This record gives sequence, C-alpha cells and structure tokens, in this order.
Amino acid sequence: MKSQQDPRSDGHEPAEISEQASIPKTPDTGHDKRSPSPEGERPPLPPRPSTLSLLNDETASRATLQAEATTAVSRMDIGTQSSDAGSAHSTMALRGLPRGPRAKTSLSQLASSRGSEAGDSASIRSSILNTENGDDGALFTDFVATAPGGQPQDSTGLLNFPEFAADDIDDDGILSEFESIGELNEEGDNEEMLLQRWKAKRKHYVILSAAGKPIWTRHGDSGLISGYVGVIQTIISFYEDADDHLRGFSAGDTRFVVLTRGSLHLVAISRMMESDNQLKLQLEALYMQILSTLTLPSLTHLFSVRPSTDLKRPLQGSESLLSSLADSFTRGSPSTLLSALECLKIRKQHRQTISNALLKTKASSLLYGLVVAGGRLVSVVRPKKHSLHPGDLQLLFNMVFEADGVKAGGGESWIPVCLPGFNSSGYLYMYVSFLDIRDDIENSAEITKDESVAIVLISPDKEAFFEMQGMRDALVEQMEKNGSLKEIKTAIGNGRPATTDIVPGTVLHHFLYKSRANVQFTMSSYSPEFSSLTRRRRLMSMYNNLHSSIHAKDTHVKVHHCVSRSVSSFGWVTPVFELYCIAEPNTNRNALAQSASKVAQWAQREEERLFIIGGAVF
Amino acid sequence: MSESASANAPKPSSSVKLVLLGEAAVGKSSLVLRFVNNDFQENKEPTIGAAFLTQKCSLPTRTIKFEIWDTAGQERFASLAPMYYRNAQAALVVYDVTKPSSLTKAKHWVAELQRQASPGIVIALVGNKLDLTNDGGEVSETAVAAEAESESAEQNGEEGAAEEDEPQDAVSGDARKVSTREAGSYAEEEGLLFFETSAKTGTNVVDVFTAIANTIPESSLKTGRGTGAGTGQTSLGRSAEDARVNLGDRNVAKANEGCAC
Repeated sequence: MKSQQDPRSDGHEPAEISEQASIPKTPDTGHDKRSPSPEGERPPLPPRPSTLSLLNDETASRATLQAEATTAVSRMDIGTQSSDAGSAHSTMALRGLPRGPRAKTSLSQLASSRGSEAGDSASIRSSILNTENGDDGALFTDFVATAPGGQPQDSTGLLNFPEFAADDIDDDGILSEFESIGELNEEGDNEEMLLQRWKAKRKHYVILSAAGKPIWTRHGDSGLISGYVGVIQTIISFYEDADDHLRGFSAGDTRFVVLTRGSLHLVAISRMMESDNQLKLQLEALYMQILSTLTLPSLTHLFSVRPSTDLKRPLQGSESLLSSLADSFTRGSPSTLLSALECLKIRKQHRQTISNALLKTKASSLLYGLVVAGGRLVSVVRPKKHSLHPGDLQLLFNMVFEADGVKAGGGESWIPVCLPGFNSSGYLYMYVSFLDIRDDIENSAEITKDESVAIVLISPDKEAFFEMQGMRDALVEQMEKNGSLKEIKTAIGNGRPATTDIVPGTVLHHFLYKSRANVQFTMSSYSPEFSSLTRRRRLMSMYNNLHSSIHAKDTHVKVHHCVSRSVSSFGWVTPVFELYCIAEPNTNRNALAQSASKVAQWAQREEERLFIIGGAVF
Repeated sequence: MSESASANAPKPSSSVKLVLLGEAAVGKSSLVLRFVNNDFQENKEPTIGAAFLTQKCSLPTRTIKFEIWDTAGQERFASLAPMYYRNAQAALVVYDVTKPSSLTKAKHWVAELQRQASPGIVIALVGNKLDLTNDGGEVSETAVAAEAESESAEQNGEEGAAEEDEPQDAVSGDARKVSTREAGSYAEEEGLLFFETSAKTGTNVVDVFTAIANTIPESSLKTGRGTGAGTGQTSLGRSAEDARVNLGDRNVAKANEGCAC
C-alpha cells in the first residue's frame, strides 16, 4: 500500500499491488468508517450500507434484503449530502421492486449504489474551469484535468467492481442496439410493438428543452415516447422548483444521468454499467455537438426570445451527427473515456516532414490544418496561441469519419462549424477532402474508416474555400513528392501493434496508454481477440470500470489490480501517464505488473512516434 | 469512351459553375452522385454545409466541365447560399414530386436566383423521386419508360418498387403529389428548363446536365479556346422548349454517348 499512500511518488514501478483493490487512506469524512484493508484480504464493506454494496455474493444478499425493506415503505429515497465544494447536491434513488436472488441482482445493486454518489459532477465543473485557462504552449488543452490525488475525495466509487459489466449483453444485443425501432404505421396499431423495441434498448439519450419539448432522442421519434419525455421533464422540474439540480437516479439496474445546460436538459439512460462521470462526459459531448451546430449565442437567443422554441427545426440535418456520436459511446470509445486523442504511429522524422509541408503550404487565412488517418491524427498545424481541444476534435472526427454526411458526398466539403472549445460564439469553416492512397482503385467501395485519410483545413473566413482547396492541392503534391503519403499508407497498413509485438510473450491482451501531458493516448490492436463489436464493447466496459475505480472521488490510487471470474485488469496512474491493461483472469500478478511496466517503458521510448508533441506552430 | 474521343480530337473545353438548391431531403446530393459517380445510396445522410464536385460533360462540339456546389437544404444553411450561387452560370432547383411544399420552396429559390444571381444564369427546375410515382412522368414517351426500366434492371436489382410502378398501374402506390403540368407550366412561365428525374433509377439525370450544358450561352463561357462551336443555344426560352420536347429521345441518346460517366 506504500505506493498509494504517497501521492507524490512518481510511480514508475508498481512496487506493491494489493490483490483486489487498492484502498487509499481517506480522510475521515464521517460516513466513511473503514480502515485500509490488509493486503490479500477482500476489500472492505461499503461505507453507506443503505445504498451501497459490493458485488460479492455475501453482500449481495444482504443488500437485497435492505432494498426490500426500503421499497416496502417507499419507492423513493432522497438524500442530500454536502460535497467537497461545499454546495449541497441531492440525488434521488428510485429503487425497483425487490428482486429475488438472481444473476442480475448485482447489477441493480451496483446501479443503486451509484445513486448515492453525490457531487460527482464537481470534478466536471472544475475541469471545465480548467478548460478556460488553457496552456498556450500545449498542443491540446486537457478537457478533464483531474489530477490523481489532487484533492481529498470519497472512496465509494472504488467499490464498484462489476464482475463483468457487459456480461448480460449477448452477441445480438449490441448489434440490435443500433437498429432502428421502425416507424409508427398509419393506423398506429404497432405502437405497442415499437415501444417494446424501444424499451429493449440498453442505452438511451434524450435531449429536451427546459419547457419540456423533446429535441432529440437516439431511439424512437419524439411522438412515440412523448409520455416518457413528460415523465423525465416532471422529475427534473420537481427538483428545479426546489432550486435544486437533479443529477441522476436509478431504477432497477438502469441508471439515469441528467445534465442541464442553459435551457437544455440532456438525459442518459443506461443499462450498460457506466459510471455517472462517464455518462456525464457523453452528455457533455452531445451538448458540444449542439453548440457546434448552432453556437452558444444563437442557442441562448432562441430560448430567450421564445422559451418554448422547438429546437428540432434549427438542428435539422444534424441528428445523424448526434446519433453517430451517441453510438460511438455505446460501442465504447477510448477517446471519450480518456478524454484524449489517438495519433497515427509514424517515425518522428516522417511526421516532421509532413508538418513542414503543412507549414510550407499554409494558406494565409488558415487557422488549423490537420492530416487525419481514420480518426487518428497524423499531423497538425496551428497558431502558436491556440491549442486544440480534444473535445472539438472529437466532434470533427465524428463528423468526418463516423457520420456519413461528409464522406458519402464524394467530393470536397465546406462546412460551417462551431468549435465550442475554441470559441463557442461563432462559426469556423472547415474544408474536408479525402485522399485516395490505395494502389488499386477497383474496390473503391471498401475504404474502411481506418483507411481513409482526410485533409481538414479550418479557416475563419467563409469565402476561403478555394484558398483552402489550393492549399490542399499544394500539400498533397508536397506529400506525394517527399514520400509522406506512402509513409502514411504504410503506417495505416501496419495498424496498431499487438501486445505481444511490444512485450514478447506477454500476458496482456490489450492496453490503453494515455500520455497526460500530451492529452493523447495509444493502444494495442483490437484484433484478433476484440475484433467483434461485442467483444470490443466488453473490453470497453472493463476499461470503464477500471477507469472509474481509479478516478473515483477521494482516492489516490496509483495502482489498481482487480481480478474477477472473467478478467484481470490492471490500472496504473502516474503524473506522466495512465495505463490500463486487460489480461486473463488467473494471470500471475508479477507477470502482469512486469508486462505493464514494459509497456510503459515502450510508450515512453516511442513517445515521439506515438504522439504529436507540439505539432507545427506558426 | 468519351475520354478516348476527346483524346483523339481535343475539343474546346470550358468550365461551368453550377449550384444545386432546394428543400432538405429532395435528393440534391443523390442527383449529383448519380451524375458524377453513376451511383445511388438509399437513406443517404443529409449533406452538411456544402459539397464541391466536378464532372465533365462532353458535347459533340465541346467539353463542359461542371463545377458543382451541392448545398445542404436545411434552413440554417440558407444564409450561406448566396456564396454558392453568386457567380454560378447554372442552377438546379430541385423539388420532390411527392411533396408539394418542396415545390413552394423551389419557387422561392427561383425567385431569389432571378433577383440576386448573375443575370444570365441558366436555371433548371427538377422534380426528383419520379420512381415513387406510377408514371414515368406525363411527358415520358416509351423511350423514357424503357430507358428507366432497362437501367433499373441493370442496377442492383433492388428496384422492386420502380418496376411495380408501371405506367399502366392506375392509382395504387402512386405517391405523386405534384403534377407534371403544374410544375411544367410554372417553369415555362419563368423560362426555366424543366425535368422530372429519378436519381434512384437514373431516369433523366444526365439529361438535365446535358440540357444545361447545351443551354449555357457560348458568350458566357470563360474559356481559352471556347471558339468555333456553333451549336450553342443562346435563347433561354427556346432551349427550354427544346429540352422539354426532346427529352424522350434526342437528349437521352446524346447523354449516353456524350457524358463521361
């Protein structure tokens, strides 16, 4: 436990790892009556037994009993606690009817345990503040600047060890998650069936106005689910009336998280075992997408002129952007989880050559210039004074690579876009051109997302299309001449390295490595083990849990090792990096630690290939 | 085929700026995609902002290079439209034959173009989604119907709806809400080219662009070697007439031999 107790230790070597959980010594906050458990023992019992429970079998039954007792009296349980920031937040826990001892009990317990995690959003707030004072010199401004061991936080999140979060998602489940539920027919007699399908989805996003108008929902049209939107609106406004903000609640194994921004309520409804923080980040991103479409002043103006404004109309055409963003969260996005970007691994010298080409061909009205390969950044050119925000780039990449609106057009695009992280009050204009870097033109239909290379040039001047086009032509000519296109192609062909490429014979199956200073991450290849969507979703669930355990409030976890029936996961956080690894459940602890340390060494050795450090600046 | 033809005897070529305008989801991008790539996508996502594409169209005496601005139809992009039509020599104003409100919107665009765009702009009014109607359009002679049928058969066989919608089939399944006569007479009044098309089956798509290419007055073409071609039609009204009358046969034939797509 030494490594956890010293938050300032550089943590380059995972000195000691507790078998199941690393419980830090937390300040005595009154409701925390535990003492650190000795190594080797199972983690201590939860601090607030009325709403929290471990997933261990022994405690599950106990918690069920309590749930029964509570629900027998009232189905609502409202608790108010003061958070570190000193402001009072209340959360509401809606418990489902008592459940018998069944496989999913643990899920509902876990979900309800989150119900009492008050003050989760405190870190979001502070991170947003951090966004404002971005470091001029840095390439990226960190969106979520939560330093580990920064301030005392409460340790409840640590106890969330779902056995295997996505275990209840079968193979069809994740695929059907993205299917349309269909349309109401003219007689309206299929409504029941549609609602059934709607309810079967594990993940919902609903955006509504403060006046209660549905604005966007991921599944089903607003007519179909208007009743549910009304219920959500009622619950939210119940708290608003009391000058309070509802942040989230649980019903059975379903978690509801509410984010209010101006006149908008964004609601995430998840049965996929995501933490409040993760869901909140997703809602933030959806809100950013709305800002990106409308800009903050016009959004504010619309609602100040008419609070009952139907935002659906101004947002028309951007629904697919919201949907593809939402689906990327549902599939599991390392980028969102880590609030960081991935770069294409390429030799430092080659990246330098591309950066030089960008600088050399830079058009006078250019703000940002990006070369992107399948959502992975290859090179950037930017003004010295302006960093790029990962959140903004996430929106751009979603638009360019995930949503079909741009790519399917087949030509060059000129898109007005607001980058809220850069400036939420106005539009920039984005030139997008896809390059065909393949040798054989024959199977042109089969360019996968990972293979497509795009030149993205952003200008504040809306008339600058042809100027940007000229720059693109010059840039592509340069990159062709100096062999950069070939290098990009090779790098794409190489793909991400397998864990065994990095550490021969390693026990690790997959890892995520985030360089904190660069706000960028790298990871090992999904294939062969995590190629399928379902397996990938499971992998991401494991990372979600690992991540929320490590970044739970009031913890100073440096190293976290968790063994479950299906997986053993390992997280390691230092001021320099965050490393998350997944291995077989019965993996030897020393082997795991050794591999993790080798991966970390590799990432630091290869830093200049894996990450863009600084980028081209003018 | 046209490439080899143009390689043998280089024809004077000139570029034409063309802009597509119209309500959201009427099929502007699908028309362009059919013209440029001879391709069609079901459930295409809405265009964001605008897309810029080029396509050559080879006429007997010259080559026209279309520089096409495919704009997004959503209202929030409307304020950007002037940027795209400002120097355009041609405009395609598209509506959906199954949606009357889209014709109203098209009329607004036509009015805006006549008021604000360059005076000589050639405007074509295009009613898209003809595959959703029973007839191949009232003007269609057998040539067009046959053309549509053979083309749809050539494509990927998912044109069941189009094949069922034979002209003889009286009422069932006809989603047409805008009559050819109504739109046609409006186009005549305003001196517009007029076509009904299906981007899905390809019916009349190339014809629209060919007709525009033929209609652009020689004098307005910015080209280094744009001399010598004698067949350029200068009278907008007359050529519009031509296009309507001939759409069944001559233009189709010309399009098929002429356009590089």
